Amino acid sequence: MRNTFVIFKKEAGSYFNSAVAYFNIIAYLAVSAWLFFWLGFFFERKQTEMTYFFSLMPWLFLFFIPAMTMRLWAEEKKMGTVEILMTLPIRSHEVVLGKFLASFLVLVLMIILSFPLPLALNSLGNPDNGQIFTSYLGLILVGAAYIAIGLCASTFTSDQVIAFVVGIIASFAMLVIGFVPWLRDFGLSYHFNSITRGVVDSRDLIYYFSVIGFFLYLSVLSVESKRWR
Amino acid sequence: MIEVSNLTKRYGATIAVDNVSFSTNSGEIVGFIGPNGAGKSTTMRIITCYLPADGGTATVDGFDVFEESIEVRKRIGYLPESTALYTDMGVIDYLKFVAQVRGLSGQDLRHRVTEMIDICGLEKMVHKDVGELSKGYRQRVGLAQALIHDPPVLILDEPTSGLDPYQIIEIRNLIKEFGKEKTIIFSTHILSQVAITCDRVLIISNGKLVANGTPDELQQRTQDRQYLEVAFQGDHTEIETKLDQLSFIQDFKQIQSLDQTAAAYEVVSEKGHQTCEELSRMAYENQWPLVSLQPKAVDLEDIFLQLTQSETQLEGVSS
Ligand SMILES: Nc1ncnc2c1ncn2[C@@H]1O[C@H](COP(=O)(O)OP(=O)(O)OP(=O)(O)O)[C@@H](O)[C@H]1O
Ligand SMILES: [Mg+2]
Repeated sequence: MRNTFVIFKKEAGSYFNSAVAYFNIIAYLAVSAWLFFWLGFFFERKQTEMTYFFSLMPWLFLFFIPAMTMRLWAEEKKMGTVEILMTLPIRSHEVVLGKFLASFLVLVLMIILSFPLPLALNSLGNPDNGQIFTSYLGLILVGAAYIAIGLCASTFTSDQVIAFVVGIIASFAMLVIGFVPWLRDFGLSYHFNSITRGVVDSRDLIYYFSVIGFFLYLSVLSVESKRWR
Repeated sequence: MIEVSNLTKRYGATIAVDNVSFSTNSGEIVGFIGPNGAGKSTTMRIITCYLPADGGTATVDGFDVFEESIEVRKRIGYLPESTALYTDMGVIDYLKFVAQVRGLSGQDLRHRVTEMIDICGLEKMVHKDVGELSKGYRQRVGLAQALIHDPPVLILDEPTSGLDPYQIIEIRNLIKEFGKEKTIIFSTHILSQVAITCDRVLIISNGKLVANGTPDELQQRTQDRQYLEVAFQGDHTEIETKLDQLSFIQDFKQIQSLDQTAAAYEVVSEKGHQTCEELSRMAYENQWPLVSLQPKAVDLEDIFLQLTQSETQLEGVSS
């Protein structure tokens, strides 16, 4: 636990020391605000209607999240820093979890900072705040799942561009199998849509936690496999 | 302290480490030398639990590097050859980070970080990022990182590469100082450094351990040979043809001579043979004025070359 926190602090530090975190947050806020108003005016939808807006967010995250997670392992391998890291008395799952949490922090900040949008809605009319809240929760869960997938992709390569592309493809695949009728229970989009309707079903939560857990576990295996005989 | 037995590591068709066995006592400074690609770094990476071996075992303080990797890693301070550190971190932040993973905290941690900055001479660099440091200072941060938890075992892969002569001497003194209570294995290509610093020398060539002993013991190996430096005034090819014909001369190679016009050689011959007399007779008979002729003390370099030169990479160095 302590080690996880040490890694988390270090990784969060390097996100905020470099432009990565700020760029991600600002770009996300700009694009989402633009989408929000464009959708509102262009389609002349009711201003208090956010469902359509939320349904687009997982697609936006497809680019923002892998861009953030691609460096997590690939950079360590490229720079060679992985050699000291792997010879410190720290377990692979602690490192993986610490890195995951650091990206998760950036994600949560991204989402929290987009709060002016629902505030604007509330000043214009009477939106369903319960539904907005669960939609935000859904966004956090989808984002966290993407982080786990992107982190896992990053463990397979020392090339950040490859990690980025593989992260997008894998996240995309996990998203769209939700549209295939007989596979939809395994898809991110199916459970996301179910949460954005305003009810948080424990099945959806369990699904997201399993996806996150699965990809983090896969990342640990991938990292540890370098030490297998 | 460190027990290595029948260690083997393959990369595809190349055998990087080939059935290597050795052990070190605690408080021993071991110099690990060998030509490029001999397998030094690979061996160290296995001992530090970075790479798995394909065969054989290694234990540190009784803990197996494969089975009880965390226990081994707690006891080792490791400076990898690449000295790859997090370039975006400040020097202090980096040392704090490593110290925290090493289990230090609070007063203890601050104390150790300050001590490392002092020992490794980093005072002037504390406000810089690691990425802004010169190679030598990065090396010092790497060393500080390896020492911060006061480990009983230090594994240093070419700790003096990229350092200036002052720093090389400093690091050498540090190694000697720490070697009083720690077990240290370090690799280097500076052989004179090994002779001065080490209690024991391991020579590895093409993945195989070819020598293991104290510097004195290694010198004994060459007791059946004697080394001479000789310089004539004469034609190189003629002299070399003649030297080739002398049966008691085992080996010779051309060396630099102070006198540019002279042909100077280092000659290896059987012990007890009157090589000096024979060479001066040769000079006289062929009318090659003898410029100098002196016995040469055997040093680690001769032993190193002798033990590793059958291997392909040194072809051309000797005659
Ligand atoms: N990752 C790798 N993949 C393939 N072969 C490798 C790898 N690392 C090392 N080798 C090979 O293993 C052998 C031993 O390499 P090693 O790095 O241990 O040598 P070294 O003694 O440290 O040499 P140097 O003095 O140049 O540092 C070499 O033939 C090298 O090419
Ligand atoms: Mg090496």
